[in-house]
Formats: sequence, structure tokens, C-alpha cells
Amino acid sequence: MPAVSKGDGMRGLAVFISDIRNCKSKEAEIKRINKELANIRSKFKGDKALDGYSKKKYVCKLLFIFLLGHDIDFGHMEAVNLLSSNKYTEKQIGYLFISVLVNSNSELIRLINNAIKNDLSSRNPTFMCLALHCIANVGSREMAEAFAGEIPRILVAGDTMDSVKQSAALCLLRLYKASPDLVLMGEWTSRVVHLLNDQHMGVVTAAISLITCLSSKNPDEFKTCVSLAVSRLSRIVSSASTDLQDYTYYFVPAPWLSCKLLRLLQCYPPPEDGAVKGRLVECLETILNKAQEPPKSKKVQHSNAKNAILFEAISLIIHYDSEPNLLVRACNQLGQFLQHRETNLRYLALESMCTLASSEFSHEAVKTHIETVINALKTERDVSVRQRAADLLYAMCDRSNAKQIVAEMLSYLETADYSIREEMVLKVAILAEKYAVDYSWYVDTILNLIRIAGDYVSEEVWYRVIQIVINRDDVQGYAAKTVFEALQAPACHENMVKVGGYILGEFGNLIAGDPRSSPLVQFNLLHSKFHLCSVPTRALLLSAYIKFINLFPETKATIQEVLRSDSQIRNSDVELQQRAVEYLKLSSIASTDVLATVLEEMPPFPERESSILAKLKKKKGPGAVSVELEDGKERGELNGGGDRGGDAAIAASNASTPSPSADLLGLRSAAPVSGTAPSAGSLLVDVFSEAGPAASSAGVNDDGFLSSAPPSAASEDPAPPLPESDELLNKFVCKNNGVLFENQLLQIGIKSEYRQNLGRMYLFYGNKTSVQFVSFSTIVSCPGELQSQLNVQTKTVEPLVEGGAQVQQVINIECLTDFIDAPLLNIKFRYGGALQNISLKLPVTINKFFQPTEMAAADFFQRWKQLSQPQQEAQKIFKASHGMDTEVLKAKLLGLGTALLENVDPNPENYVCAGVIQTKAQQVGCLLRLEPNAQAQMYRLTLRSSKDTVSQRVCDLLAEQF
Amino acid sequence: MIGGLFIYNHKGEVLTSRVYRDDIGRNAVDAFRVNVIHARQQVRSPVTNIARTSFFHVKRSNIWLAVVTKQNVNAAMVFEFLYKMCDVMASYFGKISEENIKNNFVLIYELLDEILDFGYPQNSETGSLKTFITQQGIKGQHQTKEEQSQITSQVTGQIGWRREGIKYRRNELFLDVLESVNLLMSPQGQVLSAHVSGRVVMKSYLSGMPECKFGMNDKIIIDKAGKGGVTNEAGKSTSGKQSIAIDDCTFNQCVRLSKFDSERSISFIPPDGEYELMRYRTTKDIILPFRVIPLVREVGRTKLEVKVVIKSNFKPSLLAQKIEVRIPTPLNTSGVQVICMKGKAKYKASENAIVWKIKRMAGMKESQISAEIELLPTNDKKKWARPPISMNFEVPFAPSGLKVRYLKVFESKLNYSDHDVIKWVRYIGRSGIYETRC
Repeated sequence: MPAVSKGDGMRGLAVFISDIRNCKSKEAEIKRINKELANIRSKFKGDKALDGYSKKKYVCKLLFIFLLGHDIDFGHMEAVNLLSSNKYTEKQIGYLFISVLVNSNSELIRLINNAIKNDLSSRNPTFMCLALHCIANVGSREMAEAFAGEIPRILVAGDTMDSVKQSAALCLLRLYKASPDLVLMGEWTSRVVHLLNDQHMGVVTAAISLITCLSSKNPDEFKTCVSLAVSRLSRIVSSASTDLQDYTYYFVPAPWLSCKLLRLLQCYPPPEDGAVKGRLVECLETILNKAQEPPKSKKVQHSNAKNAILFEAISLIIHYDSEPNLLVRACNQLGQFLQHRETNLRYLALESMCTLASSEFSHEAVKTHIETVINALKTERDVSVRQRAADLLYAMCDRSNAKQIVAEMLSYLETADYSIREEMVLKVAILAEKYAVDYSWYVDTILNLIRIAGDYVSEEVWYRVIQIVINRDDVQGYAAKTVFEALQAPACHENMVKVGGYILGEFGNLIAGDPRSSPLVQFNLLHSKFHLCSVPTRALLLSAYIKFINLFPETKATIQEVLRSDSQIRNSDVELQQRAVEYLKLSSIASTDVLATVLEEMPPFPERESSILAKLKKKKGPGAVSVELEDGKERGELNGGGDRGGDAAIAASNASTPSPSADLLGLRSAAPVSGTAPSAGSLLVDVFSEAGPAASSAGVNDDGFLSSAPPSAASEDPAPPLPESDELLNKFVCKNNGVLFENQLLQIGIKSEYRQNLGRMYLFYGNKTSVQFVSFSTIVSCPGELQSQLNVQTKTVEPLVEGGAQVQQVINIECLTDFIDAPLLNIKFRYGGALQNISLKLPVTINKFFQPTEMAAADFFQRWKQLSQPQQEAQKIFKASHGMDTEVLKAKLLGLGTALLENVDPNPENYVCAGVIQTKAQQVGCLLRLEPNAQAQMYRLTLRSSKDTVSQRVCDLLAEQF
Repeated sequence: MIGGLFIYNHKGEVLTSRVYRDDIGRNAVDAFRVNVIHARQQVRSPVTNIARTSFFHVKRSNIWLAVVTKQNVNAAMVFEFLYKMCDVMASYFGKISEENIKNNFVLIYELLDEILDFGYPQNSETGSLKTFITQQGIKGQHQTKEEQSQITSQVTGQIGWRREGIKYRRNELFLDVLESVNLLMSPQGQVLSAHVSGRVVMKSYLSGMPECKFGMNDKIIIDKAGKGGVTNEAGKSTSGKQSIAIDDCTFNQCVRLSKFDSERSISFIPPDGEYELMRYRTTKDIILPFRVIPLVREVGRTKLEVKVVIKSNFKPSLLAQKIEVRIPTPLNTSGVQVICMKGKAKYKASENAIVWKIKRMAGMKESQISAEIELLPTNDKKKWARPPISMNFEVPFAPSGLKVRYLKVFESKLNYSDHDVIKWVRYIGRSGIYETRC
């Protein structure tokens, strides 16, 4: 509220406010307010009309009372009356009351709109401004409906005052943000762009906010703003600090405007017009030059303003990523900031440099600052800055400096904060693997890592080192030796024992020649750690021992002695006990030949995406994506040295598809493999992709050198779903019938049909054995929130299934609303006395409820545009995992349930589909676009639907299919 | 048990804090201030639980007394203690106000140390406290060894509330029966709920260690006496219809409960000075001193006509005093005209009510007020909730019907008998929450 002039001061209001402030207690305050309200009511009720002054005074009091937190249910009419006053102060108070207190369903809204309309059409600029501010403050849909057409006209009219234009631009921005559908583009849009040329800097600043917002939605319509923005920018940048007078802030000309201009330019690719581009480059250079100049003022505001522009310019340079010269200069500039006194500047510099490092032009330049960054990592006081420094080191790492960086990170790890340790460990592990030229260095590094920060070394890291050692013949001996030495430390981390046990068990023979590491010495060393370890590690060590028996027959007696001891053979842990018993029997019964076959050296692992990288990505989110791009390339180099150079592409594609492979540890190989479906290989657990469920599932040997016995303890509780059930689910996304599951005992077939939001599924349980299944029962359950999303009814099945017979079960499904998870099917039966417990995911996915929709091209694109909010869209870019056969693709898309629309997309290669997902609660329209790229063997899949969760889910489902 | 006690002023500043247990930290002080004193919505509940800590508070004028504890303590005990604490403080320095509390810091700490021990309430009898906690610090030095040991033996002895060797020239006894009557009545005159809560307060100035016996017209006591067949015929016939049913009662610590349990007789050695002998509650056969007959008529959207008649319902010879009728007005009242025959009536905007005051009114009379209320039309569709009409008054009889039958004093060692004691009995009935819906 501006200070009211003396003659206009409202004494009554001042007295009232001071009364309230002097109240001793809440009760006293309420009493005073009640009294005042009664007074105002009697005044408003009074028959004689109030003059403008007292009306204003009472409305002000009401406003004050409202702001104190009391309900006001009268006085709106008086406030609206004030709007039609000709005095500024009265009008202003009226608008203030309306913007604070109006509720949208008020019947007064028509009167208010009328008053605003009058003010907008008056020629008085202050009144127009007041009206515009009120519209922006209320910003409701009704307001937008009433004035969305009017405001653009005011904005571009030639005779509007500057201050009004400013308000109009900001008001329009607010309406557009609140209800974008009501602000229609029109011929005014092109004229808005020309406001960038306006004489008045305030108008330009206001307009540019509007343009940035509008152009981020419709970039094409505002393309012309680029050249205007560039010329505006160059005028500001080249102006002397005194030229702009009011808009110079601590010797920096128009810093806010410059930042906004630079940000607007970041919405567009580099200008194509050479002249414009030249001018822009010149501007950016000037900005970079100015950063070098000595500061004109010592005030912090001066440097803040200057640096704000500089950082915005650098982001623009990074965004363009096409000017090597500028990139290098930006990098140098940031390099200077790295040693700046200001912590904030150092942080920003490190952050920007991270993005610079991923550009091919500036990567080298960034690398020159390695010493400074390492120094920052060591000496920085603020942990967030240290974190950035670590990020930057990771980003700037390449073959040439990998050894140095990894060494530095390792040494930092010893003192690093606990909050970032795990991430640091992952990064070191990845860098060491990615840039490993010589594998002995790699092994050294990882073992060091385990030694320094064992607690933070996740499973994935040590899995990976074993994987690599097994796959590379040349390092096996070295690894065995190093591990042996590392284990000699009096206290070593459990992870080290795990690696040691595994490697010595496999390759202990390679170092057995040396009397200092004779078989018995090795065994004693391992066994000295045995009692300090947890159960899974002990289990692993037991397996290592049996391997020792195979490798070194002379240790057989000692090891059998150990296995036979009560602490093993009568261990309270079932797993350990079973291993001890089995291994003991195996070693005593089996001949050496059998033993040698059973305990053969592990076969090499197939190449796949490093699980560590996947974990880091999960941890960091999009931050780590820059590394991913190089991943394929680097992997090629890494594997190129070996015999499988050609695998690189496949390895990269493995990132998204489960590899048909035996897993690292022969884990679960007892699980049925007997020819299920063509892709039966995928039944095997991929420990390295998402090891979660496998590690936790019951009765699984976590390490298992051997094909271990079938799960011994089947409990009555429903088993956790088989880890592969997710993949089974994916198999059925595009088809309705097929074999869901098969093992030696049981085969489950499935047949399903869907109509609208209803579905019926026939499950066929086939007994593959000649013995009957007893107490056969199935339960379908909807875990978690699925319960409220899906209605599933099942009929019970016969508890007896004869050998070779098949029973059928009908399941009715009703989709209530959209869902993500799949219902669980739990099957229990007794086969020869043993309880079998299998959990599967029922292949009910959201796309099953698709109704195909045919539409014409124009129709399609109109709807496509309507669904343009960012959360309505889901997009994925992924490698093809199968061939890119047109017919197969079409069949899959049709299988999805949508209508395949021909001749809609201008590019005949692309596929577009449309459908409506029918749920009981609502119908969700869904549009799909699949763009294959045959050269790169890549797809881009875009989904838009009226519900964000649906787009995301369908996109996720479909991405697994191609 | 009690963890600590805080005294706040109206702004939420702590005037006094005494912490008895380690589990209460300083942050508890702020927690209560933020969550109760400065709460956005007024906190109505006297017990508040914040972060596993319980706060029990009472408010005296602008002062908040809050007991804080982390244990599962008996809430009734805590409030009993708080009320006792207020009584004790009032008897030491008068009204509980910020000023008085600031001026009596040391005294309050001394009292708290004496009344609570590790959070367990001890002796809260004002009379005995005053013997060893005095406001004149110097006085203590003048006490002889004997006096000191006497105090010690009294406080730690069996009869902690009375010291020996009291002597009065005139043995005098004042007995007040104070009752507050609560009522909720429907517009048609139907009693929805009614109860009386009463107190028997005594002031005794008796010499020696007298044994007192108190009798009243309680149904059980009289029935018991009747069965015994000892009482005379006259007593039986009068008590037959006059006896009342007491729902529950509590006694001062001086009353011998064992005797009450076995013989239903109330006998005690009284403390010296003023004390509360018993508290009781009745719900049956209550004499309602006043009847309120409301008539509210809405005339269109902008006018309301209210007519209220009050009738006094007791012996014409008695006079009721301090009568006040409070008629709530709607929140959008813009003007009020009142006409009343008796007393003064005024519209109080700050309280959203018409307040009608009558100084005195005899029994079996009737009085009337009528008011016209003008309303301001609002855009709020909510209807007026019509809060009940409430009333305040004071009458010189006990609305529960309680009568004191006797109060006998026996003192064997000194030479005065029951007849020598001058006894005064007074009945005062006040209104509690006395409301009639309209």
C-alpha cells in the first residue's frame, strides 16, 4: 500500500490498528474486532449513502480484519462500488479488496468484470494498470475467459502507454500460465515479438518473459524472435554502462534483460543466418571479454550481476555446442573461477564444467584444469562443492588421465564424507573398468577400493571384478597372487574375503607353484577368515574348499576334516549344513573324473552392460547420461583387445534387453530349463541387470559354483514371484494366448479375451508328470494399490490333478482405473509329498483394455497437439533388440490393441497408432508414434495420453517389445 | 508423575519454571507456548499431547499454569494439584497476576519445593504450609527450638493439618453450602440435562483439638439411621420426603473415611481457618430457580424479533440477585432496539449478544424483554446457528435441596461443649452453565 498523503490519511483505520496491536490477549482482540464489525455493519446498513472516503476506510478495515485471519462475509458490494470511483486511492483499495477476497463463484464476478472492462477501455493509464494487476492477481479461469481476448489487443496497440504495456505483458503471462488453452494465438503473436524492439526497456523485459514462455510451447511461431533478441542483446552488450541510465545496475547494463534474452535464445538452435550468428558470437565474445576486465566496483552486486550474465552466456554456448572457440574460452573462464574466493562461484564453475566436459570440443580444455579440480576435491570446505568436483573429475576422465584421476579419487575416498562414499566407489569402479588398458591395474584398483571402503562396495562391484577376471585369461594369475597377498592383512573386509575365496577357488592353482602360497597355505589363509564371516560368505568359502579338493587333491584330507567337523555338518544354518554334507559326500564318493567335471572352471561370462553403471544411473538419475553416450564406444575398445570385438554392439544393446545367458554364478541353474518357449534362455536370472529379487528369493545359493540342489525348504507362504516373471509378463504384452510358464512338473497355458474394460482369462494347468498333484490350489492376488484398480474374480480349481491331465480355470477381470503392477498368481500343490510353491505375474497389462480408434491424419495431429503438456508425453529411445522387420512390427503394434493408422505420418517409415483405454472410472485416449532408424538400429517411441501414468506405463511396456 | 511446572504470562513468556525430572528439557517450554498459547485455533482441551509429552494447563485470568510430564500420570490428580496450587498462591499473595507472581518468585519456588517432591504431591494444606513457609524471612529466626520441633512433628505427624494448643476466646464456626446449578433446556421447556455441583466450605475458630460431626439430609445416611431405629419419630417423618440423593462426593483429607464407609457419618478434626469440607454432585430433583421462555421470529432476511420471558420459581420471600440474561445475536447484526420492563438491557457488539441485567428479583415473579434485531444481508449462505440463551444469578438457597441437619463439636480436654460454639450456616446457589435453547 503506498503511503497515503496526509490529507487523505484514514485516522479511524490507524486508531483501529493501534487498538488491535495494543490488545493484551486473543480474547481482547476478538472483542475489539467484533465491535468494529458491528460498527461497520451498522454503517453499511445505514440508509444514508456513505461517501467514498468512509467506504474506503471501512473496506480497508475489513481487509485488515480478514488478513488477521477472520472470516469476512460482507462488504464485497461496497468494494465493487469503490471500483467505479474516480479517485485513485479509492479505486486502488477496491481492487486490493477484490484481489484478496473475491471468491470465484461470487455473484459479484459479473459486476467486477464490468468494472474492470470499463477501466481497461478508459484512457487513464493508472486505471488500466490497476485493472490489469487485478486480473493477474486473481488469475482465475473466469477472468481469463473474460479478458484473454482483450489483453493482447492492449499489449500490441500502438497508442498504449509503456507502463500499461508492461503490465499487460505480465498479466497475459500469468493468464497463459494459469489456463493456456484460453489464450489463443493470433495475429498479435507476431506483433508481440516486435516488442523486443521497443524503446522502453521495461516493456522489453516484461515482453521477453512472455515470449520465452510462449515460445517454449510453440517454438515455430516465435522463430523470428531470435534475430531480434540477438540484435537487442548486442545493443545492450556493446553499450557503455552509462547509456541505459535507469537500467544500469552497479555499472552493468540491464543485467536482468540480458539474462532473459540469453535464456530465450536457449530455447532455439543456433541461428542459421550467418550474419545473425556472427553478431551473436560477437556478443558472446564481448561478454567473455568483459569478464576479464577489472571490476568497476567492489560491491558484491556488481560482480553478481556480471557473473549472472556470464553464466547464462556459458549455458547458451554449451547449449549450442558448435563453437569450439567459444567453448574453449568459456572453459578457460570457468577455470579462473575454480580458484575464486566465492564458494558459490566455485560451485557454479564446477557444475558448468561438468556439462562442458561432455562436449567434444571443450573436453580437452576442461582436462587442463585437472590439477585445480583435484585440489578442490582435497581442500574444499563445503561438501556440496566437493561433490561437484568429484562429478567433474568423473566427467573429464578419459584414457589419458584415467590412472591419475582414479588414483586421486581413491586417495580422496579415505577421507571422503560418508554421504558421497558409495557414489564415489561406484564411480571409481566404473572408471577403472572403462579405461582399463592393463587388467592388472584394474584388479589392483578394485582390490584397493575394497580395502579402503569395503562397506561401501556394493555387490555389483565385486561381482564385476570376478566376471572380468574369469573372462580374461591374462590376469587370472596376477589376480590370484594379488588377492592372496591382500588376504594376508590381519583384518580384511568381508567383500575381500568373498573375492579372495572365489578367485583362489578358481585359480589358486596358478600360484600354487610358489612354496609361499602352496595349496595348504592358501587353504589355511582362507579358513582363518572363515569364522569372522557372515553366512553367505561362509557358504561361498565352502564352495571354494570343494573346488580346492578338485584343484589340489593333496588338500582333500584336511578339507574333508573341516567339512566333517560339527560346526559345519551340524551347522544350524540349513544352507551351510547342506553344503557341508553334500560336498563331503561328493568328495568321498565321486571319482576324480566326475569331480573334475562337476567342479570344472567356470565358463566365461557373456558380455553385458556393466551392472555398476546401471546402478549409478539409477542413483543419479539423468545426471549420468552424458557418460552413457560414450559407453558403447568405450566398451568397444575395452573388449576390442580380446577375441570378441564384434560383441560390442550386442553388449550395448543388452542394456535394455535381458540377455539369454547363463548368469555369473550358475545361480539357480536347477530352475527348470526344459524347453519352455523360444526365448526360454531368459528364464535364467540375470543377476547383473536387476539383482534385487534373485538375491532375496528363498533357497537360492548366492554364489553357487555348482548346480545346487533344488530349493530345499518350500514354505506355506506364497513364494515371492519368480524373478523371471517380469519377462514372462513382457512376452504377453502384444499377444493374448500362449504358454505362460513351464517346468519339469507343470505347464501353464493361457488364453484371454478382452472387451471394453472387462476381460476373461482361461488358465490351463497341465500336469506333465505321471503322478497326480495333491491339494492343488491357486490364488490370484492384487498386491498394494492394485486392489483398488483391478477387480479380479477366480473360480476355484479341483484340488487333484491327475498325471498327464489338464485343468482349466476361468478368471474374470474388470479394470476399474489405470494400473501399473500385474496381479500375482500363486500356485501351490504337493508333488510326491514335496510342497511346490510357484508365484507368477498374470499377464494383465493396461494395454489389454485398448479399443482401437481409426482417425484421419488431420484428426490425429490435432489431438496430438492437444496432448502437449510435458507430463502427458512419455518418450523412449532405445536400441532394437530384434530385427526391424516391417511386418513383425505391424503385427506387434496391432497386438498391442491399438489401431495402426496408415498414411498419417508424412514419413512412411514411421508408425502411428491410436486407441482408447477403457477403464470403469474413465476412458484414456492414447496416441502412439514409433520412429525406427534402420541405420542406427534404434527406435524412438513417443506416447501421449490424457493421463501421465498411462503414457509412462504403456511406453515402458512397449519399449521392451522391439 | 509430574515432570515440571511452568507459569506463563499472556504473551507466552515463562515467569516461573520448576523441573522435577530429567526427562523434561527446556524445549518443552517452547513446545507448549507454540502449540497452545500461540496456537492459531484456540486450544480448548486442558490436556495437550505434544511429541510424547503431556501438558496439563489451567488459566487464571491472563496467567497460564502448565504441568508437563512424560509419564502416564493420573490427570485428575494433576488438576487437583493445579487447583490446590492456585488456592495456595491466592492465600499467600492474593490475586494470581503477572505482577504478583513476579514479586513472589522466591515464595513460589519455596512452595513448589514443599508441595511437590520429585513430582509427587505432598502437603498442600495452606494452614500448615503457612506455619513454616512465611513471607517474612526473618521471622524464622525468632522461632524457638520447641516451636520448630512442634512444626516438624505436626507436619510429619498423623494430623498434619492442625497444630496443637490453639486457643480462642470465642469458639465460632461458619458453614457455607455453595452450589452451582447447570442446566440445558429445550425451547419447549424440556430439561435436557441438569446437575448441581456443590461444596461445603467451613471456617472454624475452635480451641484445642475438637472432634466434629457433620450431618445432612443425604438419603443413605438417613435411611441407615432409620433402620437403626434409634432416631425419634419426628425426625423420621421430616426426613422422609426431604432427603436428597447425592451422586458422588469427595472429602477433605481431615474426614475419617473409614468411619464414613462403616457408619456413613462424617466426623473429623477440623483444620484451623478456612477449608473445603466436601464436594458433591446431584442430578435428581433439582429446584430450577429460573425458567427462560424464548421466542425468536425471523421477519424476512433482514429482521429478527426476539422475546424472552424469565420466571422465578422459588418462595416469594426469597430474593435472587445479580441476574444477567445473555441473548446471542447473529453475526451480521447491524442494529438492535431493546425494550424491557425491569432492569437494564444493552446490545454488546464486542460479544455479539444482548445483555440484560436485573439487580434483584423476588420469587414467583415474571419479567420480559423484547428486542428487534436488524440484519445485514450477506453473500454467505450459512444459516445462523442460534446459540442458546444463557443466564447468571445468585439465590439464597441450595437448588439441590441439601440441608444441614447438625454440626456437633466435641472437645473432651477443654471445658467447652457443643452449645458454647457459635455456628453460622449459609446457603448460596449460583448459576453454572444455565442455558436455554431458542
